[in-house]
Amino acid sequence: NTNVSCFHEARRVAIFGGTHGNEMSGVTLVNLWIQNGKEIHRKGVETKPFITNPRAVEKCTRYVDTDLNRAFTTENLSAPSGDDLPYEVQRAQQINEIFGPKGSPEAYDVIFDLHNTTSNMGCTLILESSKDHFNLQMMHYIKKAIAPDSCPVLLTEHPLLKYSTSRSVAKHPIGLEVGPQPQGVLRSNIFESMRVVLKHALDFIELFNEGLEFPPCTVDVFRVSEKMDYPRDTNGNIIAMVHPNLQDCDWEPLNPGDPMFQTFDGTTLRYEGAGTVYPTFINEAAYYEKQQAFVTTRRETLAAGAIKKT
Amino acid sequence: MEGREVVLPTVSRVALCGGTHGNELSGVYLVRERLKRKRKVEEEDHISVVTVMSNPRAVQQCRRYTETDLNRCFTHATLSGPVTDKTPYEIVRSQELNTLLGPKGSPEAMDLVCDLHNTTANMGLCLIAYSDCDWISLHIYRYLQRQMSDIPVRFIHFDLPLNEAYSLDSVGKHGFAIEIGPQAHGVVRSNILSTMQEGVQHMLEWVHLFNSGTQFEGGKVDVYTMVKNVDYPRDFETHGITAAIHPQLQDRDFCLLRPNDPVFQTFSGETLKYKGTEPLYPFFINECAYYEKGIALSLARQRSVGIPSIRSEREGEQGKRKSSADEMEEEETIKGEMEGEGYQKLMEYGEESDSLNGQHN
Repeated sequence: NTNVSCFHEARRVAIFGGTHGNEMSGVTLVNLWIQNGKEIHRKGVETKPFITNPRAVEKCTRYVDTDLNRAFTTENLSAPSGDDLPYEVQRAQQINEIFGPKGSPEAYDVIFDLHNTTSNMGCTLILESSKDHFNLQMMHYIKKAIAPDSCPVLLTEHPLLKYSTSRSVAKHPIGLEVGPQPQGVLRSNIFESMRVVLKHALDFIELFNEGLEFPPCTVDVFRVSEKMDYPRDTNGNIIAMVHPNLQDCDWEPLNPGDPMFQTFDGTTLRYEGAGTVYPTFINEAAYYEKQQAFVTTRRETLAAGAIKKT
Repeated sequence: MEGREVVLPTVSRVALCGGTHGNELSGVYLVRERLKRKRKVEEEDHISVVTVMSNPRAVQQCRRYTETDLNRCFTHATLSGPVTDKTPYEIVRSQELNTLLGPKGSPEAMDLVCDLHNTTANMGLCLIAYSDCDWISLHIYRYLQRQMSDIPVRFIHFDLPLNEAYSLDSVGKHGFAIEIGPQAHGVVRSNILSTMQEGVQHMLEWVHLFNSGTQFEGGKVDVYTMVKNVDYPRDFETHGITAAIHPQLQDRDFCLLRPNDPVFQTFSGETLKYKGTEPLYPFFINECAYYEKGIALSLARQRSVGIPSIRSEREGEQGKRKSSADEMEEEETIKGEMEGEGYQKLMEYGEESDSLNGQHN
């Protein structure tokens, strides 16, 4: 058959937990697998569980100096190393050395980065490039495997909104964002969902490495569009909260005129965009300081060509 | 109990505190809004309300505390301990708050201290206090139950003597925490904030009615008395937890836990059951801040408590009722303190523009 993309076997796979030290599902799963890796073992694959930000994990805090999941910029990775650098920048350089270098042929094939959110996002998969057919096929496989439960795919490919993640060191980076879960809390159901998604992901890799050809497919994704901040006064103080009608409605349509924020004295502020959008990361605790109440997305269908191993 | 009427002094001086834990945002926002509207000290007939941001530094950083948990710093021992430049911030602060709202145990203390909190546990609205026979608190509880139909309202009693009582609300002559969940720390949910605003409003309504001479009839109320805490199973060497709250217990605060009911699920899928012999009511199930305190859940007994009919003292009724001249003098003193440096520091973080919630550490 024509038009089958060939990829090398995915031999080196990493599973990152604790990129944010208070997102407990990933921390717990990775620590578990460091002690006993049987569950993540797949024939012909080296699967390496790894705690990316041990100091933040120890303090059960998102980060110590700066957000590790924003630290993998070219500037940071190429800066001369030194103890005076923020802890997370030093860490990014170390991680790049072990699992990268980012952009080179030596980089790890796949990295799964495990995250939790206070938003009601369910089990979200995060895709960084619309042209990564290997990842698209994997996500298609996962979505089919967990159906009828849903697994939305968030595409963060955007000139301004894309950020330099820990997983971006690999050839095929995949984010797993599971919520809602408060920071610092471990909920069994959230933990188990993450575990199941990862199981299917590793199954896909094993099948791929065994030579299975995956036929062309399409994947419905939500492409990130616009960051929406809280309304603020002239001093920068937040003056409204996510409206009760929007709270917990991640991935549901938000139409022009729909309630969006509610001021402290009860006034409703409405969405004034041109068309329907699909908000996500609604009321994520860590994003108050990043000036983000939620992010809007637009639905898109991506096509993935057939793939098989070389 | 019914038929006996208890006469009590008016509750004329009320303190409303938020941000005792800097990342419990309903109280932070409620206090901030009140302070913004210049309601540092509100005086209507019969009642003055002082609004306080308890831990401004922790609020700035959006953390529970900076060095030590402020809401454990109000025991008699901590309040009377010496202060050096090595003393943790929260202990310095607890003594400051004790000066302003107390001193704890003295006649000068606020009549009522109400401290606003959130929890990640599914607890609805709870009043938490150290006494199960403080008629003011119990009547406020019953009033809230009757006025608020959208959310369960409960009363939790920690049986500790006053000098061992460790939280901010123990500084007032009467006091309780209002704890509302579930809400993740560092997040404001509009419905939870509305509930807290409603609860505070009804509380102040009750106080106003009480001070105006309204008689509140006696009756019975249900009270949960704390019995014990249960920790997570932990790894012997690392002390890390080896199980999570079982899915059948998660979010089931105040649903009776019987012997052999599931409590934990280990990471290898095994169910650990409740080994106690007495059925008890769980609460604070999976509260984030309690992992470090070794508490996975707390357990309580429920019982019915009889409360008498109560009303406030009429003028001239009892010898110790203040003359109106004394009362005015006292209010001037409070105002003076309010404008003083100490109070300004209290108000600072409420009024200056803290545009972001600060670094999440």
